[in-house]
Amino acid sequence: MAPRAVSIIAALSVIGLVIGPVTAVVLRAEAFSGFRPADWQAFRFTLVQATLSALLSVAFAVPLARALARRDFIGRGLLVALLGAPFILPVIVAVLGLLAVFGQTGVLNRALSPLGVPELQIYGLQGVLVAHVFFNLPLATRLILQGWLAIPAEQFRLAATLGMGRRAMWRCIEWPMLRRLVPGAFAVIFVICLSSFAVALTLGGGPRATTLELAIYQSMRFDFDLARAAVLGVVQIGLALSAGLIALRVTSVPVAAKGLDRHAPRWDTAGRMMVLVDAAWIVLAALFLLTPLAMVVLNGVAGLSDLGTSVWQSAGHSILVALGSTALCLLWALPLATRWGEWLGLSGIALSPLVLGIGLFLIVRPFANPFDLALYVTATVNAFVSLPFVLRILRPEAETIRAEYGRLRGALGLSGWAWLWWVFLPRLKRPLGFGAGLTAALSMGDLGVIALFADPDRATLPLKVYQLMGAYRMDQAAGAALLLLLLSLGMFWLFDRGGRVGPAA
Amino acid sequence: MALQLDSILACAGDFELAADLTVPEADRVAVVGASGSGKSTLLDVIAGFRLPERGTVRWAGRDITRLPPGTRPVSILFQDTNLFPHLTIRQNLSLALNPATGRRRPGDAERIDAVLERVGLAGFGGRYLAEMSGGQQSRAALARVLIQARPVVLLDEPFAALGPALKDQMLDLVAEIAEAEGLTVLLVSHDPDDAKRFARTVIVIEAGQVTAPRDTAALFDNPPPGLRAYLGGG
Repeated sequence: MAPRAVSIIAALSVIGLVIGPVTAVVLRAEAFSGFRPADWQAFRFTLVQATLSALLSVAFAVPLARALARRDFIGRGLLVALLGAPFILPVIVAVLGLLAVFGQTGVLNRALSPLGVPELQIYGLQGVLVAHVFFNLPLATRLILQGWLAIPAEQFRLAATLGMGRRAMWRCIEWPMLRRLVPGAFAVIFVICLSSFAVALTLGGGPRATTLELAIYQSMRFDFDLARAAVLGVVQIGLALSAGLIALRVTSVPVAAKGLDRHAPRWDTAGRMMVLVDAAWIVLAALFLLTPLAMVVLNGVAGLSDLGTSVWQSAGHSILVALGSTALCLLWALPLATRWGEWLGLSGIALSPLVLGIGLFLIVRPFANPFDLALYVTATVNAFVSLPFVLRILRPEAETIRAEYGRLRGALGLSGWAWLWWVFLPRLKRPLGFGAGLTAALSMGDLGVIALFADPDRATLPLKVYQLMGAYRMDQAAGAALLLLLLSLGMFWLFDRGGRVGPAA
Repeated sequence: MALQLDSILACAGDFELAADLTVPEADRVAVVGASGSGKSTLLDVIAGFRLPERGTVRWAGRDITRLPPGTRPVSILFQDTNLFPHLTIRQNLSLALNPATGRRRPGDAERIDAVLERVGLAGFGGRYLAEMSGGQQSRAALARVLIQARPVVLLDEPFAALGPALKDQMLDLVAEIAEAEGLTVLLVSHDPDDAKRFARTVIVIEAGQVTAPRDTAALFDNPPPGLRAYLGGG
């Protein structure tokens, strides 16, 4: 089959996966009688928490990125690398870690109560915000740090030569970069938080802290009100699409100005006070991001030896779902690693996994019991959700391969399969390994669609952890969470490592 | 048998290349001209990477104008990227022999060994490009062209990155092989000395106009005005 035909088939299947479920949801929504006050409340809460989450993440990211950009210290590289970790961290694991720090019996409350400080409450808006900042502060920091590092050292040298003060340097060099990047970072995080489900499920809930996604879940799972779920789904699609389009308009990648890439010391940052301020930001951020993870490990070790059959069974389900998602996502991504393919893949960000899940539920229901297909649906939706990230990873290298070796391919007259097997896949193996690792880890940790469909026999590991938490079996939940963390990171490592073995491509 | 370009007109943006010439079989031709004069465009038309707006390219009387590059009786050495760096030299040659599958067939190993020996790389089949010197890499690229066994070979400044002595060595090796195998070779070069060393005849390109091949010695003894300006003779 010609490569073009494969690309078209892949594109059509992605389009079908978008249009089919969305149509099913829209058609079902017609039977809806009206928006209830609780739905308006969910709509408002979704917007409020997304706005505040994005605002706080970016507000903390600016000084942190600035501190990381202008300070060099042992472990800086590791800390910057760790900023990528929350992306592949299962939400339920992070939530358990945050509960261990900020929860009712968490480290902070235990330390502060003897001092007479009122007890911190994690559940509700504040908990949702803490979790969202935990996940998105690293993302915002990395985005803004790139901008800082893209400012040529020559500009700071020139500023020093001109005798520019700190304020003038901020106004002339740093502020223009921030003005370009911060709206994009805000918009991306806003869009991510709009579709927040697992965080709202575990730390929100109740009428005052319910997101649209959570409302969709509740109307499906508790009321089995498909029409209401569908109309909430339509609202969610509209919201995510509008926000996604705005994000695309305001997002700007850091563009390096012309410079010689010289590393120059910053003459404006040598004061003792400034060193202290930067150090404080770095230490606080490291504590905020690393303590919950450390608590997951500490609390989980004891429970690891007594997990029970059902946890291991769930782990098996999760591994199968993760491997299935990875295979499907790569089957889509390889032929779609082009400019238009990446546009198509963006639907994976715009479309909520729960809406997709409900759409698939509605489509499947006349032919089979959707609950029997829970794991397949979850694997498919997870693959679709990971697609935009994998395409972002694959496309630059795929285009480089085509540009560098396209003429040699032509000169040799390589067939499509010979090109794929001997050239494209081997040369793409590093980003392919990274993309596969990312998909496997994201799918492994997903607590979304599976929560809609699964019965206890078909739970994945994240759902099992959630169920154990709900049953107040916290020791077992901590052990299962540690297992989930190890499996997620292990899968990521295995695939990523697999892409790095053999001769450098 | 000959390579014929009949009333060729090829366009690249505002640039136009016009060519009407015949290169006899087994000739060694240098293509010279200033930067941007259209040398690489000419090779692209012959190799099949660029379709001319009009005119025909023929080999042995057969119209090959619309054949894809891989099925023409032409092989080409580019300035760079002549082999895949993640494959061993043996795998690269195997792929050139069997472009449909890349899998080796009976007899291929012997052919590959023979070609490697021909270019002075006996025993280098298991190496990657990164494990070879610049001169060895050029020889490996030449081996790829030889194993394709096509009668027309286009050289688009493939040895430009080598030092003068190595470059001369490579040109001599290509000339020797071309002579022995009866190959028709077109060499693009910026360096008039390359043309003098390698080519029996020279094609001059000036602002998109391609002249017919002329005897090398006679041409450089009495260069036309355009070539004189290019050579720095005013």
